[in-house]
Amino acid sequence: MNALRVYVEGIGLWSAQLASFADLQALLAGATPPAPTPRPAAATLPPNERRRAPASVLLAVEVAGQAVAMSGRAASELACVFASSHGDQAITDYMCATLAQTPAELSPIRFHNSVHNAAVGYWTIATGCHEPSTAVAAQRASFGAGLLEAVTQVLTEQRAVLLVCSDTDGTPPLLEVTGCTIDFGCALVLAAHASATSLARIDLTITGAGAVTALPEPLAGWRDASASACALPVLAALASGHGTCELDAASGIGLRIDMEKIV
Amino acid sequence: MPVSMTPLAITAYTATSAMGRGRAAQLDALRRAHSGLRPNDFGATPLACWIGRVEGVESHVLPAALANWECRNNRLAWLGLNQDGFLDRVRLARDRHGADRVALLLGTSTASIGATEDAYRRLDVDGGLPDDMLRPAIHTPHSLAAFVSAALGLAGPCLTVSTACSSSAKVFASAERMIRLGLVDAAVVGGVDTLCDSVLFGFNALELVSRSPCRPFDAARDGISIGEAAGFALLERRDTAPDAPQLIGYGEASDAHHMSTPHPDGLGAELALRAALARAGLQPAQVDYINLHGTASQKNDEVEAALVSRSFPTHTRASSTKGFTGHTLGAAGIVEAVIALLAIEHGFIPGNLGGDTPDPACSPVFAWHNEQRRVDVALSNSFGFGGNNACLAFARAGRAA
Repeated sequence: MNALRVYVEGIGLWSAQLASFADLQALLAGATPPAPTPRPAAATLPPNERRRAPASVLLAVEVAGQAVAMSGRAASELACVFASSHGDQAITDYMCATLAQTPAELSPIRFHNSVHNAAVGYWTIATGCHEPSTAVAAQRASFGAGLLEAVTQVLTEQRAVLLVCSDTDGTPPLLEVTGCTIDFGCALVLAAHASATSLARIDLTITGAGAVTALPEPLAGWRDASASACALPVLAALASGHGTCELDAASGIGLRIDMEKIV
Repeated sequence: MPVSMTPLAITAYTATSAMGRGRAAQLDALRRAHSGLRPNDFGATPLACWIGRVEGVESHVLPAALANWECRNNRLAWLGLNQDGFLDRVRLARDRHGADRVALLLGTSTASIGATEDAYRRLDVDGGLPDDMLRPAIHTPHSLAAFVSAALGLAGPCLTVSTACSSSAKVFASAERMIRLGLVDAAVVGGVDTLCDSVLFGFNALELVSRSPCRPFDAARDGISIGEAAGFALLERRDTAPDAPQLIGYGEASDAHHMSTPHPDGLGAELALRAALARAGLQPAQVDYINLHGTASQKNDEVEAALVSRSFPTHTRASSTKGFTGHTLGAAGIVEAVIALLAIEHGFIPGNLGGDTPDPACSPVFAWHNEQRRVDVALSNSFGFGGNNACLAFARAGRAA
């Protein structure tokens, strides 16, 4: 099978330590980027939605907004693939605790915010996007599996796709089983053809599972602390504009990514 | 609009719902117009409503080798996989193509959240999860797909789609794209959702649950009945099985309107429908049957009745089957895809159970009672929270184009 070739036009990043992709580039160049604000701005949402939206939605919308702005594309024209390993853990914790104690008092808003596609739902509403949108998960391989889903959409439909992968941190007791201790989100705008806004060309090849690219600290620690940070080998390669990396796309398969800078 | 797609063969399919286990039980209940709904007997403090519960899930223990995946949702998945020879058909496909050449794409809304709910009811004295629940793999949306992957011994792409009530319709679209690109040669698609307190009390909090058996498209409908189900299908290229029924189209679109109510003009639903027809190369008049989303919520049925009434001629027949199964949420897409395939296979239009006093918005396209007639082309609608819409198109092999 030939490699799957797509072009990156926009990159978004937000975590407890980094407020943008530029901050990651600065960090990898040896600088110390300033700490981000406690909550992502998620400026794409209208103010009333921003106040009401749960943390998982703010994080996903923040990185999506960054990537789309960088691409220069209209958000309303992009198909959306939003990946997350655990969805909104704070809402899951609230729901399970409330159902154990006073089930009849469950909040209707928090229930409809509990669906895995809440973030992509808020995003499509805020951007007036009627294109196909999906929400996916694959445990620790959520980024790789989401990337594969996004790339198949780019190539079969010959269209640009917004990929988001994000997870917020958890709290006990749920944290015992999610192991997700930090906020981390990233986004890519992917296109089928090179253009004036292309940043990098990436070739994906499906491989056997198991080979995962080593990362320097603090990136390796972040990857251990959030499944969504399994995207970091790709983001680090994008920071330099070229390179090869590997990551899991399912328990049985991996992806090798060969990247070339577009100048 | 998308260009037409090469149809895929559906070489095996099965569903297990409140109507019973496997295809024959679904067909039998539909033919007898026998609802699977019953008064709610789920959980410690059942709400006064009706549910579509699958009989015998609790006693369907997983095999010892899969014991670490134990939870009610995976038991229903295992029960569903064991119907209609589905396990054998997947084994054959795996042998024919290779385990890494078969994708597994499953839809679920809540996966095994019921297990997490259970863990929270039995917290340790120090507030931690009980020891028997310290199994990370079941406290995640990917629990279902990871379990089924282990149960089927597959090693290809494996993805959970969780877009609320359109989840297990959208997996057909992902599968078609992967096969078209040559990433895999076959795909197991489907979905499972089980009854749990999250959805029973959640939809109740939204005031969307009826106290009576749900009445889709009835003028006096007053909400949904929640159900549970498991369903699976095996997709392969047409040359593998030239006589098998086919997936001929799909459409996906977003409302961009509201998190929990549909667009008032059915905008996303209509875009999904038009995209499915375009991929299938169909005009509306060529559609024989549409299995509607038809949840019996005020808004969904109002919008969907208007959409099908303005889009299809009256020789097209349309019905909701949620009066039989309840709304099986993330499993609704696959269950209703199976019903659409049964309609093609048996020349049978299931009547819209529960619509005794039809909503005036419904055109003569609605089949209120069972009809016996040839079905060459059938659609299935699935719409979810977040304004997430999907429409699937199926056809008899060798139908006159």
